[in-house]
Amino acid sequence: MSSEPETESDTAIASLNRNVSSGMRGLVKVGDYRRVSLAIGLVLLVGFSIWAINNGGSELFFQRVFDGLGNGFIYSAMAIALVLIFKATGVVNFAQGEMAMMGAFTAYAIANAFDIPGALAVLIAMFLSAIVAAGIERVLLRPFDPSNHLAIVIVTLSLFLILNALAGVIWAFDGRAMPSLFPGRNKTFTLLGAEIEYADLFTWITVLLAAFLVTLLLNKTKIGLAFRAVSSSLESSQLLGIRIGRTLQFGWALAAAMGTLAGSLVARTTLLEPNFMGRVLIYSFAAATLGGLDSLGGAVVAGIIIGLVQTMGGGYVDAIGSELAPAVALGVIALILVIKPSGLFGSKRIERV
Amino acid sequence: MTARYGAIQVLQGIEFAVERGEVVVVLGANGAGKTTTLRAICQMISTGGSIMFEGKELSGQATSEIVRAGIAHVPQGRGTLNDLSVEDNLLAGAYVRKDKEVGADIERWFSMFPRLRERRTQGAGSLSGGEQQMLAVARALMSRPKLLLLDEPSLGLAPLIVQDIFRVFGELNADQGMTMLVVEQNANVALDLADRAYVLEAGEMVLSGKADELRHDDAVRKAYLGY
Repeated sequence: MSSEPETESDTAIASLNRNVSSGMRGLVKVGDYRRVSLAIGLVLLVGFSIWAINNGGSELFFQRVFDGLGNGFIYSAMAIALVLIFKATGVVNFAQGEMAMMGAFTAYAIANAFDIPGALAVLIAMFLSAIVAAGIERVLLRPFDPSNHLAIVIVTLSLFLILNALAGVIWAFDGRAMPSLFPGRNKTFTLLGAEIEYADLFTWITVLLAAFLVTLLLNKTKIGLAFRAVSSSLESSQLLGIRIGRTLQFGWALAAAMGTLAGSLVARTTLLEPNFMGRVLIYSFAAATLGGLDSLGGAVVAGIIIGLVQTMGGGYVDAIGSELAPAVALGVIALILVIKPSGLFGSKRIERV
Repeated sequence: MTARYGAIQVLQGIEFAVERGEVVVVLGANGAGKTTTLRAICQMISTGGSIMFEGKELSGQATSEIVRAGIAHVPQGRGTLNDLSVEDNLLAGAYVRKDKEVGADIERWFSMFPRLRERRTQGAGSLSGGEQQMLAVARALMSRPKLLLLDEPSLGLAPLIVQDIFRVFGELNADQGMTMLVVEQNANVALDLADRAYVLEAGEMVLSGKADELRHDDAVRKAYLGY
């Protein structure tokens, strides 16, 4: 075959080839963009680490890294709970923090009443809060059309107020100490010059394990499949015979259990009182948004990022301190969302019409 | 049967029947009430009158129960679960089943639609329109329905792909006796497939008869076949 296009169809094929190859170049460009932004991120990260180690020494740096991780994993756990409800209902559950608070109080009450280990009490409380959340879904949310997002948001807001007041009535507003959840209280080990409590290590492992189990549940079980189907399309799921109400109920129960776990892990490091989840919830909202709101893996990674930014920003920049740390976290989110509106790992909604 | 969206009555009282093993097509222009008819059968909108399936009343039941009774609906615009993989879409299609042959059925529809096998781990949202339609049909069949409802399966597809898909419908009916109710604007391919046909206009059935007879009806020819 000669190199000159001789017939009309040859010309057509040649032009098709040109179009395809220009399309491929476009794709390569998209890949480049990702690699470039990843590289910029890495350079900034390494640069900051060197600066921080020079300024305050490596021990302080690693101590702050591990502190940040400790906070971050808790935000991850809360963010997973938020993402679960978001996937199910398409709205953010504003009562998630108060549900977690009630769950942590329940664990506290059980541990005290029956004199059992903290970890066991948390497991029981997770189970109980799942049942209560399923009840809440049935009574307060099922009556509304699931596609009526505004109604659901209002319900979660009222739930927020009700639960907060209820906890105040039952447990009052003075702080209480959560029983220890893990063995080896206050025992530490040294890593890279930083002191880490064994309990912190257990916290990280617990959150990772919980995230893994939730992923397994969603990807390998029938109810998990139904949950993913409902979060993809309500109407199509209905046409497949999936019972929407029960599936959403499962989402609420799972999120409540996850929230109770997160709340109990927070309570381990602070005092229990009805408003103790407020600040955590802001960071967790931030993490869920940053991760893309509908991605479980994104929630975990973003939670850790937020935890690190909070500790590093507050620790190394005097002007920020601990009071302005939330603002820094929110600033980082605003920046990332400007660059990537669907969050770090969120699915872009592209529909073929 | 009547049906309404809020205050707007769309179906003014229509009556039709589909016998076991039959392919029935409902023809009609945009806004005639074709989609509404299928949505009414699945109780996705409020209906009046009576919808009988195998001697049981469907009116007033939940959509999820109607699927369990053996009716599968391929909605207009295909309704694939775009965040899920092809394989998960098919598994979701078998959601109402409790037997152990789901895997075997998936293989069966993969051999009928080999393109889907190639794309089994791919997200349904990344498929072409024709592939999505194949997936939507295969997914509906995964529930082992007794009656298959197809809402404008030719919509937005290239003529060659429409031919392919309607050939598959023909095979399903001939080989497995699948009962189908198809609503279509593409009267040519639809009448080729169908045993009987109805014509729906402004919420009323204005004509009915054997597909061959309707094909030669002057009004139908003018309005839907274009010659």
